Amino acid sequence: MKIHEYQAKDLLRDAGVPVPLSQVAFTADEARAAAQKLIAETGSEVVVVKSQIHAGGRGKGRFKEHPDLGGVKVVKGADAAQAIAAQMIGSTLVTIQTGPEGKVVNRLLIEQGMDIANELYLAATLDRDSGRITVMGSSEGGMDIEEVAATHPEKILKIQIDPAFGLLGYQARALAKGLGVSGKTGRKLTAFLDQFYKAYVALDCALLEINPLLITGGGDVIALDAKATFDDNAMYRHPNVEALRDPDEEDPAELEAKSWDLSYVSLDGTIGCMVNGAGLAMATMDIIKYFGAEPANFLDVGGGATEKRVTAAFKIITKDPQLKGILVNIFGGIMKCDTIARGVIGAVKEVGLEVPLVVRLEGTNVELGKQLLDESGLKITSAGSLREAAQKIVEMTK
Amino acid sequence: MSVLVDKNTKLLVQGITGKTGEFHANLSIEYGTSVVAGVVPGKGGSTACDGRVPVFDSVAEAVEATGANASVVFVPPPFAADAIIESVAAEVPLVIAITEGIPVNDMIIVKRFLEGRSSRLIGPNCPGVITPDQCRIGIMPGYIHKPGKIGVVSRSGTLTYEAVHQLTTLGLGQTTAIGIGGDPVNGTNFVDCLMLFNEDPDCHGIVMIGEIGGAAEEAGAAFIKDNIKKPVVGFIAGVSAPPGKRMGHAGAIISGGKGTAEAKLEALRDAGVKIAETPSDIGSAMASLIG
Repeated sequence: MKIHEYQAKDLLRDAGVPVPLSQVAFTADEARAAAQKLIAETGSEVVVVKSQIHAGGRGKGRFKEHPDLGGVKVVKGADAAQAIAAQMIGSTLVTIQTGPEGKVVNRLLIEQGMDIANELYLAATLDRDSGRITVMGSSEGGMDIEEVAATHPEKILKIQIDPAFGLLGYQARALAKGLGVSGKTGRKLTAFLDQFYKAYVALDCALLEINPLLITGGGDVIALDAKATFDDNAMYRHPNVEALRDPDEEDPAELEAKSWDLSYVSLDGTIGCMVNGAGLAMATMDIIKYFGAEPANFLDVGGGATEKRVTAAFKIITKDPQLKGILVNIFGGIMKCDTIARGVIGAVKEVGLEVPLVVRLEGTNVELGKQLLDESGLKITSAGSLREAAQKIVEMTK
Repeated sequence: MSVLVDKNTKLLVQGITGKTGEFHANLSIEYGTSVVAGVVPGKGGSTACDGRVPVFDSVAEAVEATGANASVVFVPPPFAADAIIESVAAEVPLVIAITEGIPVNDMIIVKRFLEGRSSRLIGPNCPGVITPDQCRIGIMPGYIHKPGKIGVVSRSGTLTYEAVHQLTTLGLGQTTAIGIGGDPVNGTNFVDCLMLFNEDPDCHGIVMIGEIGGAAEEAGAAFIKDNIKKPVVGFIAGVSAPPGKRMGHAGAIISGGKGTAEAKLEALRDAGVKIAETPSDIGSAMASLIG
């Protein structure tokens, strides 16, 4: 799960990690009020207006409606903040991560202007090979870190954390020194790292990235940007984080699927798939591609594919305007194929069917299941193997 | 022969009074597995599975009373890591975690706890381990398996059933089928299972089923290249998956350009593994290698 920069900064601030003074704004008037407040607090006219979307590259991105305007703008005074906010809100920001369609900006972060002496990079994430959290730092702050990793891997320093002990003081000091930060600021950075790692663990992050991590002219260490994604499996213990979900940033079909406990991902193709099991669902997508078509989605109905969930899955799949056909692939195993067949028939009767449907069942009572499908009077084609099923649906949708 | 589990396995079931735990404990008993104990904190002294299985409050008590040498975890995600750790602390040699949805940070602790201890963890988020006609631990449909000569190791549940079913239909059967699970942090990986199959004289071929995400398949391929002479068939799911999207399993995601199906297929091919072009071809690919 992803959240906005301003939400990540709120969580970090609560966790004791230094962040700039800032406030979210949903309208130009709110942006003006927030700017006035910041100017009064800091005594500086300089404020930054930052578009809040779930995608990186905002600073270099451009608005479709205002080709000269980037997603992040430094302005002087509350009037200017309001004027820029009026242009940004409701407009579509295109960045390297949004794709050409871009994302509509509905929220802005109004932040105090900072005095920048140095920019670093800091992130924590799981290292799958070791099964441990890795904290990564680089002196190349503000850059695209994947580019740094590709061109100057030696400029990325990594520390692996033993979960029994957490980030130890010597590790934090070594990282600070490796990043070229020493003296009083070095101690501030060490303290920052400690809070940062604790926040990652306490919030069950999957990625916590500070880019840039700012060293100010006065030697303070502050998170100038913050990107946080979370472990979906751990959200049950963080209702405060779950509440930060922005429905505008999520695919409506994926949200609907989530409410049914279905695992669903929208894709660009034309053949909808409904499968039990994540690996088999991926393999079903692959075989559709293998025979020359493209899958419209990934959908795992899970082990207990009840008639209700099958119906819900059908509704989600058939909403896709690009849909040309559906492939249902269920390896019954414990579940009986006749039960699944009844579920599919019930779903088709309820939802209706305007495109070809191929159903492949395997498992207990497979013959009875096929018989039910054949005798349903519906336009359902049954298939023996996954290969045969995929060939049939690709053929029927050509 | 077989690996990990056989007719001498004495199984204890953690979470045996839950719906899934009891359902699959019953299926395992009916399959012929020796299910000797259940563990549910607070329910010690009762029985489960129609009075067939005594229930204990703790793993240590269950092991003491019954000599259980394997544990299967059906405990819900918030308590599953704790349940695994309890079995590891009680020195149960084999712990198989079926539970899907355990938080990553919990599994990081579990993996750390396993260091220097004698238990082997399989899973979590896996279908379990089965040695046909001897011992079924987990949630797989027993009847699709048949004693035979192929070892199967896989990160995915139903995709394993697909492969197993084909091997059975073609008369090749299985020595043991191991589901290692779809989570990013797990206990046993491909390399450990390949090593076990390699040392089993009755295992004449290996099917390895991976998916996108992580580098466990590449590590497996490197092990095969250096150590394995037996025929190996490989399949990788997720060739068509876009980067950055989690494909159901928490571990099935391509991020930062790592964990792609192409890289895994390339590593397997380089190790001399025969790649099944589609999941329907896994069985026939193996048949073509060992006749």
